[in-house]
Amino acid sequence: MNPLDILIQYWPRLLDGTLMTIKLTFLGALIAAIFSPMFALIRANASPVAQAPLRFYISFMRGTPILGQLFLIYYGSGQFRPFLQEWGLWTFFRDPFNCALLAFALNSTAYQTEILRGGIMGVARGEVEAAKAIGMRRVKILRRVVFPHAYRIAWPALGNEIILLMKASALASVVTVFDIMGRTRQIFSRSFDFSVYLWAALIYLCITAIFVLLWRQGERMLSRHIGSPSNSRTIITPPEGPKA
Amino acid sequence: MTQADIIVKAEDICKSFGDHEVLKGISLEARQGDVISILGSSGSGKSTFLRCLNFLETPTSGKVTVHGKEILVRDGKPQNARHIETVRSRLGMVFQQFNLWSHRTALENVMEGPIQVKRTPKAEARAIAEALLDRVGLQDRMQMYPSQLSGGQQQRVAIARALAMEPDAILFDEPTSALDPELVGEVLKVMQSLASEGRTMIVVTHEMAFAREVSSEVVFLHEGRIAEQGPPEQMFTHPKTEEFQRFIAKVK
Amino acid sequence: MFEILSFGDAGWGDEILAGLAITVQLAIVTLPVGLLIGFAAAFASMSRNRALRAVGFGYTTIMRGLPEILTLFVVYNGVGLLLNKTAQWWSPGGDNIEFSPFAAGVTALGMVFGAFAGEVLRGAFNSLDEGQMEAGRAIGMTPRQIFFRIRLPQVWRFALPGLGNLWINMLKDTALVSIIALDDLMRMTKVAVGVTKQPFTFYLFACLIYWAMCVLSEIVLAQMERRANRGIRRA
Repeated sequence: MNPLDILIQYWPRLLDGTLMTIKLTFLGALIAAIFSPMFALIRANASPVAQAPLRFYISFMRGTPILGQLFLIYYGSGQFRPFLQEWGLWTFFRDPFNCALLAFALNSTAYQTEILRGGIMGVARGEVEAAKAIGMRRVKILRRVVFPHAYRIAWPALGNEIILLMKASALASVVTVFDIMGRTRQIFSRSFDFSVYLWAALIYLCITAIFVLLWRQGERMLSRHIGSPSNSRTIITPPEGPKA
Repeated sequence: MTQADIIVKAEDICKSFGDHEVLKGISLEARQGDVISILGSSGSGKSTFLRCLNFLETPTSGKVTVHGKEILVRDGKPQNARHIETVRSRLGMVFQQFNLWSHRTALENVMEGPIQVKRTPKAEARAIAEALLDRVGLQDRMQMYPSQLSGGQQQRVAIARALAMEPDAILFDEPTSALDPELVGEVLKVMQSLASEGRTMIVVTHEMAFAREVSSEVVFLHEGRIAEQGPPEQMFTHPKTEEFQRFIAKVK
Repeated sequence: MFEILSFGDAGWGDEILAGLAITVQLAIVTLPVGLLIGFAAAFASMSRNRALRAVGFGYTTIMRGLPEILTLFVVYNGVGLLLNKTAQWWSPGGDNIEFSPFAAGVTALGMVFGAFAGEVLRGAFNSLDEGQMEAGRAIGMTPRQIFFRIRLPQVWRFALPGLGNLWINMLKDTALVSIIALDDLMRMTKVAVGVTKQPFTFYLFACLIYWAMCVLSEIVLAQMERRANRGIRRA
C-alpha cells in the first residue's frame, strides 16, 4: 500500500474534489459577504425590537449543528415537494450542491454579520463625527468612513470565519456532494487504502495555509495607512473553535 | 449692521442629558469677521453648546440659524431636520482630537469634503486642497497619512479640511487642548492668520492669550449660562462677575 | 403532529430521547478527555524544551486545521484498521476487535477540543499577573501551592469564556457521529425520518433540541463567569 500509488491513481478525482470544495466555500462566503453588511448595520444601530428577528436567526444558526441545518434544507425540502414544484423551486432543492450552498451561505451570513458588527462598533467615533460635521450624508459616511475601517478591523476574524466555513464544507459530502471529503470517501470505499485520508488532510492543510498567506497580504494592504506593522491575528488555524 | 451680516445665530439653546441640565438657555450672535472665544470651567457646557450649533448634539430646545437657514428644536426634535446637512456644510469644525480620517492621506482628507459633499470635480478639489495645505505650512506632507504626522501637523490638516468647504464660519472645539505644549504655537498661529483674514470663528478654548489678543468678543459660560460677555480688554481688565474673576484667577 | 413525537408505541419520543441521552453522554465523556489533552498541549507549547514546543505547535495546528469529520473518519477507520491488524496478528483468522463508534467519537472530538483548548489555555496562562506569583513565593508557598491556589484559579477566570465556546461547539459537533452510525440524537432523528417521511418536522425538532442545549449551556456559562469574576473590577 504505497501512499504515492493512491495519489497517482486518483489525482484527477481529488483535484475535482478540491475545486468543488473551493467553489462551495468561495460562493458561500461571497453570498454571506453580500448580505452581512446590511445585517451588521441593523445589529449595530437598530432598536432591540427591530433587531429581534435578526437576532433570532443568528441565534438559531449559531445554536444548531450545521449538519442539522444541512439536513433541514436538503431532506426537509422533500416534505414540501408538491408546494415547491408548484412554485418551480423543486429543481433547485433537488440538487445537493444547491442545498449545501444555501445552508453554508445562511450559516456564514449569521457569523459574518456578528463579526462585521464588531468591526462597525470599533470604528473611531471621532472620524464619523468629522464626516458629519462636513455635511456628508449618512450613506456616504457609511461608504467612505465606516465600512473601510470596519472591514479592516474585522479582517482577521473574517479570515478565520472563511477557514471555518471551508472545514464545514466537508459536510456537504454527507449529502452526496463530491468535494474533497466526498471524493475521499469514494476512493476509500473502492480501495480501502487508508492513505487517501492522509492526502485529503494534506490538501485541506495546504488550502488553509495558502489562504492564510493571501489573507494576511490583504490585511497588509488594508493597513497601509497605519504607522506600525499590524500584528496580524489571522493565524494558520482559527482559535475560536470548530464550526459545528 | 443688517440682519444679513449675522452669520450664525443661536437663540435660547437648552440641552439636558436625562435629568442633568447642561445648557440653560444660551443665545449668541456671530457676525461676519467676529472671532468669539468661549471660556468656562469643565462642565460649564461650552463644548456642548458649540456642538449644538452644527447639531452634532441636538439641543433640547432652541433655534439655530446659519446663513438664513433656520432650525427650530422643540422637545429634542428638530423641526427642519433637512436643513441640518446644509447647515453642517456651511460650518466648518475643528475637533480637539483632530478626527482626521486615518485611512486617507493629508491631501485626501482635505479633498474628501469638496468631492463628496459639494461635488467638486477631482482636479479642482486637488488644487484647492494643495493650496490650503500650503497655506497651513504642510506642503511637504501632503501624501502622508495622519499616523505619520505630529499632533500639531494633524490639527493643521484638520483646519485645512474645514477651510476646503469654504465655510461661512468655523467652529473650534478646544483645538489645542490635546497638543503637546511645544506644538500649540503652530496651530494658534494658523488660527490667528485666519482671524486677520476676516474669518468668522467661534472658538472654545483654554488659551487665554488667544482669547485676549485675537478675539473680538469673549463669552464666559458658567453652569450652563452666559455669566459674562464682552470685548476682551474690558472682560479681562474689568471682570464684572465674581465667577469670571475666580476663573481668571485660577487660570493665571 | 404531536402524536408522532409522543412516547410509547405510536410516537418517536422514546427513540429521540434515547438518542439525546447518547448525545449528552458523548459530550460529558469527551469534556474531561478534551480538557486533559488541552492542558497537555498547552504545557507542551509553553515548554522550554524545543522538541516539545514543536510537538505542541504541530498538534494544535493540524488538529485545528482539519475538518472535524475528516478527523472522525481518520480515527474511526484508522484505529479500526489498526485494531484489526493487531487482532489478526494476535490470533490470525479470529474475530476482529470492534472499535466502537462511541469510542471513536470521544477520541476524535476530544482531540479536536484539546487542540483548541490548548490554545485558549495557553493564552490564559500568558495573561497572568506574575506579580501575584511572586507574592506567593515571598510568603513562602511551595511551587505546588502557588500553582493550585493562585495560578490555576486565575487561568480559569481567563480561559472560561473560550472554553465555554468550545463546549458549545462540541455539543453541536456530536451530531457528526450519526454518520458513523452511533445512535445519537441526529441518527435517531434520521431513523424516524426514514419511517415517517417527514424530514422537515423531525430535523427541525432535532435542531430545536440542540438549540435548547446550547442556550442552556450559555446561561450556565454566564453564571459561572459571574462567579469566576467576583471581586474583579472591570477596567
